[in-house]
Amino acid sequence: MQAATATKGAISIRNVTKIYDPEGVNVMAVDDCSLEIAPGEVCMIVGPSGCGKTTLLNAIAGFHSITSGEIYLDGEMLCGPDKPIADQGADRMVVFQNGALFPWKTLLENVAYGPIVQGIMGKKEARDKAQDILAEAGLADFSMKFPGEVSSGMSRRAEIVRALINDPKVLLLDEPYRAMDALTKSIMHESLLEVYDRTKVTIFFITHDLEEAIFLGDRVVVMTTRPAKTKKIVNVAIKRPRDYTVLSSEEFRLLVAEAKGAVHEEAIKAFEAGERELA
Amino acid sequence: MNPNKATKTESPSSLEPPTGFWLFLYRANKGVRTSTPYLMFFGIALWLVTYYLFNEGWKLPLFNKIPGPVEVITEWISRDPIFGMSLFTEAYHTNIYVSCQRILIAFSIATSVGVPLGLFMGWSKTFRDYTFPILETLRPIPILAWVPLAIIMFSGFETPIIFLATLASLFVTTLNTLLGVDSIDESYFRAAGCLGSKPRHVFWHVVLPGAMPFIFTGLQISVGVAWFSLVAAEMISGDFGLGYMIMDSYMQNKYVTMVMAMITLGFVGWLTSAMVRFAGDRMMQWRVRALALEGR
Repeated sequence: MQAATATKGAISIRNVTKIYDPEGVNVMAVDDCSLEIAPGEVCMIVGPSGCGKTTLLNAIAGFHSITSGEIYLDGEMLCGPDKPIADQGADRMVVFQNGALFPWKTLLENVAYGPIVQGIMGKKEARDKAQDILAEAGLADFSMKFPGEVSSGMSRRAEIVRALINDPKVLLLDEPYRAMDALTKSIMHESLLEVYDRTKVTIFFITHDLEEAIFLGDRVVVMTTRPAKTKKIVNVAIKRPRDYTVLSSEEFRLLVAEAKGAVHEEAIKAFEAGERELA
Repeated sequence: MNPNKATKTESPSSLEPPTGFWLFLYRANKGVRTSTPYLMFFGIALWLVTYYLFNEGWKLPLFNKIPGPVEVITEWISRDPIFGMSLFTEAYHTNIYVSCQRILIAFSIATSVGVPLGLFMGWSKTFRDYTFPILETLRPIPILAWVPLAIIMFSGFETPIIFLATLASLFVTTLNTLLGVDSIDESYFRAAGCLGSKPRHVFWHVVLPGAMPFIFTGLQISVGVAWFSLVAAEMISGDFGLGYMIMDSYMQNKYVTMVMAMITLGFVGWLTSAMVRFAGDRMMQWRVRALALEGR
């Protein structure tokens, strides 16, 4: 079920630096980081805690400013020298670490929310569309439930549906499966792969989990400890569509081992520095 | 025990979850099977017995001027009360009615001003910077300190009393609403931004519902505070009302009526706070349902 090849969602991160000064002391979170992400690529960002991965994501999404450098989306500048903070918009959808479905809206209302507030669809149309796309994700029977009533796996899946209904160019995921058990996680991975194969949306995915990174990604970018720079890029040539049998292949194990070496070194540095994450 | 039978009585219609009145009945039925109502009655009974023993039983000196439970209850249900007030007299009803009406007015004004005020203070940093110092300066002034000012400013009995109750209630509601907005997780605002919300959408879809749990906690406290200041005001200047009834019967040595008014006040206060809680549960089904799954 290969969909059309992707033509949108190229991210270009050029010499981005971010300096925080929370207590009068400058903390460099990202240092001269450059990265090119192709349209329709699944780019996995791996690195020790507090290394500045989320800072990068926040800059792309428009939650935080950058100190210098530029970020482009499909050739258009999101943020740069004259515009330190990008506008937030539905072309870049974020799926949050702890989940951010509105707890006071049902899954259906959550999914229908984007098109309604953007004025793209009427209420009725948006709700019908939302019901259809929830059904595609296997959530038809849960559309009238509140996020607090369903499992974390389901609410995360609904959150991805809420993002996809807006037909974004890029999906930005910040450790979305961090708090999940291994079994749920593997189901979530397969459902994300299924979504990707269908939509070919560009994915920028932050994680700590190397197996996850190799299993899902086209490229795994290993970051250094703070300030973040790219340390190593592992190309994952495993063919798509992928399923869980990939996990037991020799190719997979070798790639994990390759990435692990690079990450471990940085993890030790980060641990010794004892730094905490910055928002 | 037959397991089949157990599941049958548990949910007669397990396919369709009960809603509305049936859900109420289901919950009531479940509630009766727990120890809660029995402990509640036991607690009240224990309190009454202790009151009786201290007072009419052992006749402790501390209690010898205070009417005992038997005396109060007898007077309360008497068609021809010795001190002129009981369940069957119009004056008693008037006092309750007048106080409730004042609470309703004060609470409505305080809520309709306090909730929007708190929401805007939480939402707009500029607005908050302007208004927060004023709120924080006025709030610590005890409501009793406002009494002379209220009497000077407003004529008659009614307006100063309502003014005081409104004021007390307003501070609580505003502050809690403000804290409610502060409590909303940043990621909801970010998600709303990503999804293409304009500021008004953020206000209606994130700020207001997100602050709702705090707002209702605030409203429960606020209705209590309203009663407190209402009674204080009625005791000082009033013509009717439960506070007036307490003070008036005290002045005339009608202690039985005084105690009656106190218990009535407690009961009516509890009722109003339960009504606020009920309204909150109706408006926050998302929260009620999630809490129910946690067994609460």
